[in-house]
Amino acid sequence: MIMDSKKRMIDVQDVYFKYPHNNENESVVALDGVSLHIEKGEFVGIIGHNGSGKSTLSKLLNAIIFPTQGDVIVSGLNTKDHESLWTIRQTAGMVFQNPDNQLVATIVEEDVAFGPENLGVPPQEIRERVDRALAVVEMQAYAHQKPHQLSGGQKQRIAIAGILAMEPECIIFDEPTAMLDPSGRREVMETIKRLNRDKEMTVIHITHFMEEIVDADRIIVLDKGKVVMEGEPRTIFKQVKRLKEIGLDVPQMTELAYELRSAGLEIADDVLSIEEMVDVLCQ
Amino acid sequence: MSVEIKNLSHTYSEGSPFEFKALKDINLTIEDGSFIGIIGHTGSGKSTLIQHLNGLLTPTSGTVLVDGKDIFETKKTELIQLRHQIGLVFQYPEHQLFEETVQKDVAFGPRNQGLTEDEIDQRVRQSIKMVGLDFDAIKDKSPFELSGGQMRRVAIAGVLAMEPAVLILDEPTAGLDPRGREEILAQIKSLHRQKQITVILVSHSMEDIGKMVDKILVMNEGEVVFYDTPNRVFTEISTLERIGLAVPEVTYLMRRLKDKYPEIREDIFTVEAAKKEILKVIRG
Amino acid sequence: MLKDVTIGQYYPTGSVIHKLDPRTKILFTTAFVVMLFFLNNLWGYLATFLILATITLLSKIPMGYIIRGIKGLVLIIMLTVVLNLFMTPGTVVATLGPLTVTLEGLKVATYMALRLIFLVVGTSIMTLTTSPIDLTDGMEWCMRYIPFVRRYAHELAMMMSIALRFIPTLMEETERIMKAQKARGANFETGNIISRAKNLIPILIPLFISAFRRADELATAMEARCYRGGENRTRMKQLAFEFRDGASLVLMFLMIVGLYLTTWIQIPLLFPV
Repeated sequence: MIMDSKKRMIDVQDVYFKYPHNNENESVVALDGVSLHIEKGEFVGIIGHNGSGKSTLSKLLNAIIFPTQGDVIVSGLNTKDHESLWTIRQTAGMVFQNPDNQLVATIVEEDVAFGPENLGVPPQEIRERVDRALAVVEMQAYAHQKPHQLSGGQKQRIAIAGILAMEPECIIFDEPTAMLDPSGRREVMETIKRLNRDKEMTVIHITHFMEEIVDADRIIVLDKGKVVMEGEPRTIFKQVKRLKEIGLDVPQMTELAYELRSAGLEIADDVLSIEEMVDVLCQ
Repeated sequence: MSVEIKNLSHTYSEGSPFEFKALKDINLTIEDGSFIGIIGHTGSGKSTLIQHLNGLLTPTSGTVLVDGKDIFETKKTELIQLRHQIGLVFQYPEHQLFEETVQKDVAFGPRNQGLTEDEIDQRVRQSIKMVGLDFDAIKDKSPFELSGGQMRRVAIAGVLAMEPAVLILDEPTAGLDPRGREEILAQIKSLHRQKQITVILVSHSMEDIGKMVDKILVMNEGEVVFYDTPNRVFTEISTLERIGLAVPEVTYLMRRLKDKYPEIREDIFTVEAAKKEILKVIRG
Repeated sequence: MLKDVTIGQYYPTGSVIHKLDPRTKILFTTAFVVMLFFLNNLWGYLATFLILATITLLSKIPMGYIIRGIKGLVLIIMLTVVLNLFMTPGTVVATLGPLTVTLEGLKVATYMALRLIFLVVGTSIMTLTTSPIDLTDGMEWCMRYIPFVRRYAHELAMMMSIALRFIPTLMEETERIMKAQKARGANFETGNIISRAKNLIPILIPLFISAFRRADELATAMEARCYRGGENRTRMKQLAFEFRDGASLVLMFLMIVGLYLTTWIQIPLLFPV
């Protein structure tokens, strides 16, 4: 068991989390017995409506909050173990929703340097890491700009560079596209996918936009603090009715396939892309 | 209420090195009772445009006529009166909430209009109901203890309570989850139907807009690219793509299917319409 | 309105003054400000003016830009002048109804006005020629040599840098909230002072709430990026003294001596000694 979890990137073992504060002095159960695991190099999408517990889960993975019960193991280290707190935060980086509220410095490259500076990396190496990270997110040209002059998508890419400069093994994206316009969303998604594909970065992507995770390795669906579905995008999205019941969308093509099937057309129920739909309809 | 935009231009920081032409000679008419969608990427001028409609911004040149009257020729007090008629819901409107209770916050607008307490109370009740919230359950709560979606609706109710004849909403669904998005859009739609008011909806989502509006205004670099019915706008895929806007996936699908089924219609942008059209051509 | 504030703004021109190490500029400015308060005759102010003029020319910052910075302080300067002019006892030179102007009053008022103007110009040249981040780094370094402040040097510098980062964001936010409330019929343009102050509540409350929310999210993001205060922290950019810094410090020493010497001059200029 212990050997097994060492190979894994993240292992969440029967985790409960309660928020203590509430007006009627009741505690709110945000996570209700969640178990899941993320392998190295995987691209995992996590979906669920607001209040399903997905943000809580992401903060647990990064050791910003700690389970009320159960364990979160990141790269073999338990987040409850205070000794390994900084190693865990360095191993599992995190990008947040609001692009404005996670940039610290007044100059782009200074912001990217913030993480490695906190880790006590020597100045010369920080310089190299910053240049490398900015190159990965294709923002070298903006190194000396001020963050507030950038677009939302660019700010998010700087936030990603800031995490990359810490050289993590895994990045958790907590709805990084929720506040962006379509072109910003596209920029950020391309960056995230490239990280996973070319840099073999483990990616956990939390989102409301289903089309962002159609080519994920695996999707985990949360509802009321529980994992309710888990599997490949194809097997998840074809359960159109169930997803709609818990307040989620499906990609347009999957929905269309579902509608056509319900109207009596004999076609596959796991169509994800336009390409596949064209194939299915033009046989 | 009809709104007529005449030769409207707006330049930010004119004469400085940061000069930026946000609007370039816009001309268009929004008919009374119509439902208009405005689309364009960030910086296309759509936010600047809507802020002229209630006089929050003053044009560099050109003007806006509301029911035939030039709003920039009127006195300050009249302009404030006009703002009561043209309700503008900004992006992330929950960030403007400030009162201790939901009821008081929604009453802020009508109170500024100088209505009597009875009228105010009436309007607050009505508008909270209109956004799908339970008045009695929510009225004494602090707006800040509500969920994100509820806060958004309370903020929208705050503008509705002024009973505007024209309602402008700047990306009312930004940052909400799918269910929240759907609920807000459905309420806007029924509001338009019931109250017969003019609605102008700014959105990034072609899907959302296509389903609801009479006419779409597509903007790019401060200019009007299209101002037409959704059916016509969505067939201009190449122009839309050139200015960085993506059409709904189903629209792309229809175009791809044209090779096999030449008779298939291309002006389709909802799953519902696509389903009908595909069944029609396949079953013959 | 908010955009006209020049104090604390950075105006890059790439001049030799810009290239100086921030620590040099901080030391120089501190020495300059201290010296201002030792001056006791117009010769000293004349010398100070020449020093300032030279530095301004070297910095390549347009004069108009610097004068705009003084404009904001006109009220304070006027107040100081008026108070000193009429309140200082001494030899009466003119009477205006119940008010009397004394020679001493004239002298003190002139000195005070010049002192304030030079103070503002001197410090704004420092901020105009030093990027906020360099300035913070320089101050952090300087604070390390001040007893009691030393323990908080890093925290203070971090606070300053975050403030600088968020000022533009919060200004935009203020404008947005103001517009949103105007759209709800709020009126900020008319009414008396009390009702105007009351009208600010719908702006201030959302602004505070937003600032707190931002602070909370930023703190979480900083923690997630392994921030744990100044201990064991390294910096990408290291401050480095160069030849020109050494030269400037020599000039600073000469300035101090020179200005100090003017206080011994016995030849009257405009005012008796």
